[in-house]
Amino acid sequence: MSELKTKEAVAQSMETIDGNIATINFGPTHPSTHGIFQNVLKVDGEKIISSEQTVGYIHRAFEKLSERRPYNQITPITDRLNYCSSPINNMGWEMTVEKLIGAEIPKRVQYMRVIIMELARIADHLICNSVIGVDAGALTSFFYPFTEREKIYELYEEICGARLTTNIGRIGGFERDFTPAFHTKLQSFLKTFPKAFEEFDSMLARNRIFMDRTKGAGPISAERALAYSFSGPNLRATGVDYDVRAMHPYSSYEDFDFIIPVGVNGDTYDRFMVRQEEIRQSVRIIEQAYKNLPEGSYKADLPDFYLPEKADVYNNMEALIYHFKIVMGETEIPPGEVYHSVEGGNGELGFYLISDGGRAPYRLQFRRPCFIYYQAYPEMISGMSISDAVLTLSSMNVIAGELDA
Amino acid sequence: MEKLNNEAILKHIQEAFPTDVLFHEEPYGLLTIEVSPSKGHEIIEWLKNHEALSVNYLTNIAGVHYPEDAGREFAVVYQLHSWKNQFRLRLKCYLAKDQIQISTLTDLFAGANWMERETYDFFGIEFVGHPDLRRILNEDSMDYFPMRKEYALEDATREDKDDRYFGRSNN
Repeated sequence: MSELKTKEAVAQSMETIDGNIATINFGPTHPSTHGIFQNVLKVDGEKIISSEQTVGYIHRAFEKLSERRPYNQITPITDRLNYCSSPINNMGWEMTVEKLIGAEIPKRVQYMRVIIMELARIADHLICNSVIGVDAGALTSFFYPFTEREKIYELYEEICGARLTTNIGRIGGFERDFTPAFHTKLQSFLKTFPKAFEEFDSMLARNRIFMDRTKGAGPISAERALAYSFSGPNLRATGVDYDVRAMHPYSSYEDFDFIIPVGVNGDTYDRFMVRQEEIRQSVRIIEQAYKNLPEGSYKADLPDFYLPEKADVYNNMEALIYHFKIVMGETEIPPGEVYHSVEGGNGELGFYLISDGGRAPYRLQFRRPCFIYYQAYPEMISGMSISDAVLTLSSMNVIAGELDA
Repeated sequence: MEKLNNEAILKHIQEAFPTDVLFHEEPYGLLTIEVSPSKGHEIIEWLKNHEALSVNYLTNIAGVHYPEDAGREFAVVYQLHSWKNQFRLRLKCYLAKDQIQISTLTDLFAGANWMERETYDFFGIEFVGHPDLRRILNEDSMDYFPMRKEYALEDATREDKDDRYFGRSNN
């Protein structure tokens, strides 16, 4: 992270006050960065000539922290990556550990996870798309989806009690089965959400002003996006149909029928439209998973990792031993090296884990899609106006937590 | 087109670079090869341009520190992905602590820029030919590389979290 360049920026803008090039600080705290990151823009009138990014303002050393924590204590760290879709991060991590220890996960758990992860994707995309509306000047479309997002957060609450940083599920499954209240709320959500969503869609998708503002703003070609290792909706907006859920299915995604929407121009409008369609597809996946929810247990048979029932801990010697071992981080972990990735809200969220058999990972690296694609931002806004740069930033869905780890 | 399995991929690589694959394994089905740091760039470029293999996507770059392993203290791990053939490939280069230079991949993948800056920031691995090798997440004025193992996370005087109390050696 560089030191603040304010002084330098002020000096330069004074110098060029009569000339053509001015330097402007976009961030670190600016309402439309939706997070803390600095962009030093060089502008000729309204036109951006170049920009330089500074990131790392909320770096919290997650990778270092992980080297000192037992595996089950790393789940709360993953919450704080992309905090708009924490459940996907949580479950991505749990699946990584399950892959390392070679756990068999019941089909019911896999379907339950799919339901939660797709709800999280809907919440993530809803926020991103409504924020694009705000940055284009449409505040109404920001408030509408919050009603629906609230319902999703209530569903999280039914599962784990938390809303934003969910720490949802456990290694091996869930702490409890779907409650009756969850069933009621999910059914009512599935009934009312599509209509409410189409209402939101009708406010922006074919809105002449919105289209004029977003079409052609911050475009990137498929070739450049690939060179920059883009993934997720931003890549699909350029016309490349890469989706981890389809290419390397995890958690039974191969059982579901869904399409992967792609754009053409890779601009803000295409990114918006890809996310809109993904929300519809997520609803389809949830409906399929919920309809075909298999019978069975909500947890795997993993006594070494899955905390036993509290009543057993008090009355059963074996359960007490496992409880103690798990809480003290004394579970035997096989040495090994594993990479697992899930399709997060922003793209391929990967976990590269090296275990040496110790109580904490020897090395854990998060492949954070935001961090990787945000570096293309100067290229995307070069030649655009400042207002387009704002739109491009929100449509890329750069989440500071994921960016800075 | 037949689907390439790990064996076939390895054979392709070994045919083109007969002596350069120093070690190979398949942890959890993911082909992992070790090559010498001087050859890393060349092999990745070859993999990228190879018509049948077409390893087109750089998934991530990770640094790893093994302070005990004399002469191989640092590892740079590249995870690559071929979308055409749907396989992943992990390529490792080990570096000695007094020679932590390796060629940059920024000429092949624009996205390697920040990944390498991050690896430099945390491990001090120098990517030769990188256009802008500065720290990225940490302060510019920081004078150490925090992900190295000699920097214990917690206060070194704390004794309550000693691994020896839990039946493990502290080495």
